Amino acid sequence: MIEISKLTKTYDRSSRALKGVDISIEDGEFVFITGRSGSGKSTLLRILLKEVDPSSGRVVVNDMDLGAMPRRYVPKYRRMLGVVFQDFRLLKDRTVYENVAFAQRVIGVPGRKIRESVPRMLKLVGLSSKYKAFPHQLSGGEQQRVAIARALINQPAVLLADEPTGNLDPQNAMEIMKLLEEINRRGTTVIVVTHSRDIVDMMKKRVITLDKGVVISDEREGGYRYEN
Amino acid sequence: MRISTFWYCFKQGIINICRNIWFSLASTAIISACIFLFCVFFSIITNIQHMVVSAESTMGITVFFEETLSGDEILEIGERIESEKGSLIKGMEYISAEAAWESFKTEYFGENTDLAEGFAQDNPLAGSASYEIYLYDIEDQASMVEYLQSVNGVRKVNYSNSAVAGLSSFNRILTLLFGVIIAMLLAVAVFLISNTISVAAEFRKSENKIMRLIGATNFMIRAPFVVEGTILGLVGAAVPIVAMFFLYNKTVEYVMERFNLLSGIIQFLPIGEVYPAMAGISLLLGGGLGCIVSFMTIRKHLRV
Repeated sequence: MIEISKLTKTYDRSSRALKGVDISIEDGEFVFITGRSGSGKSTLLRILLKEVDPSSGRVVVNDMDLGAMPRRYVPKYRRMLGVVFQDFRLLKDRTVYENVAFAQRVIGVPGRKIRESVPRMLKLVGLSSKYKAFPHQLSGGEQQRVAIARALINQPAVLLADEPTGNLDPQNAMEIMKLLEEINRRGTTVIVVTHSRDIVDMMKKRVITLDKGVVISDEREGGYRYEN
Repeated sequence: MRISTFWYCFKQGIINICRNIWFSLASTAIISACIFLFCVFFSIITNIQHMVVSAESTMGITVFFEETLSGDEILEIGERIESEKGSLIKGMEYISAEAAWESFKTEYFGENTDLAEGFAQDNPLAGSASYEIYLYDIEDQASMVEYLQSVNGVRKVNYSNSAVAGLSSFNRILTLLFGVIIAMLLAVAVFLISNTISVAAEFRKSENKIMRLIGATNFMIRAPFVVEGTILGLVGAAVPIVAMFFLYNKTVEYVMERFNLLSGIIQFLPIGEVYPAMAGISLLLGGGLGCIVSFMTIRKHLRV
């Protein structure tokens, strides 16, 4: 469960990215966070990732208070999260298999376990046949699937996706959203930050809309609330 | 740490080196130069120290006394010297006039003992009773000689004045000179290793960012860079160590051949006595330098 209360983030005196945001997300929920550029979506994501600290307020993720968390616990906390980015952020010099295995190697998972779990994850995202391919040999949709596989390989409780369809054509975007929905059905909490009206309107999931650092709407089975 | 994790970090360290091969080679070359100088310095100093120690054990101060003094009086003076300067004295031996003659006879006449018969009733070395004094540190020789010359009853003090003491001060000057050169090279090596690691960190910037977001620990992120630095240091040390193995014997042979006259004075240590310590210290120096510098550099670049 994610509990965000009275969250404020000020980068400098003139710029307040978040102003007293209150959000509560239950385990296993699928949530869209939408809003204009500069509305505070990315700052919220960075705070959840413990990349930046809030100026005030409280963020609790699965009973872990991020404000009170010593720095040495940050890596352990991040293993509870999976992250997917708009630009995929794959390692260009490594194959699909290596990109996914990378997420386990760097946290010290034994090789035997990696050899078991990577093929399973590639099967889930539909890339079993492309495990030897390098990122540049894949389409945008396929690259995003690799990124999702990498984010999920360590079985995180929460998947954070920052504009996961931003670089994809509508068809690939829909396929990625279906994949995220499937992952959510398996029990992972999914939080998607997006600008895509079509996707938000089609998915009929919870939609939280931010504007100028404030939550302006929070609707179950909501739709897109503002014009670009 | 798991073996697989160790190998992963090791492999990534090697990849880092290959990615910045020119920087890596430059760092290695400077470390090699630095450690080569260290090895040369180590060999020279060790050999000089060996020569000084062997000189100290063979070169003593010989003290002769007034001919009018009896054996007991000489022994009494000997006891006084020992009680006053005992802390500097490693060994002291009384050689009576008779013992001196016996020794001289054997040395001078050899097997022709009958030639010495003419002196049977008249010891030519009567009045030549002496003390042989050996010091702990040859550098104390001058002050000891000065003291002995001031002792009542002492007629003459024989000693080898400058050669050994000269070796000692030469040793000290060399230590200082090499120390300065090595320190300068070390500073260059530190700069180059640090630069190499910075470039590697820049190359892996996005990878490190992903690692951080995935939940890799600082150790896991830094380890490949520390491995890289350590390997550069160890390879940099290995090159001069191997070179010294061949160069040492060649140099000793060359010096002994070229300066044949010195063979009685200069006694080089065999490589077996110099090499193990020299190789061990060099590897520690190279590996340690690479490890510490890369750790400090990457600490600045990466924070969770």
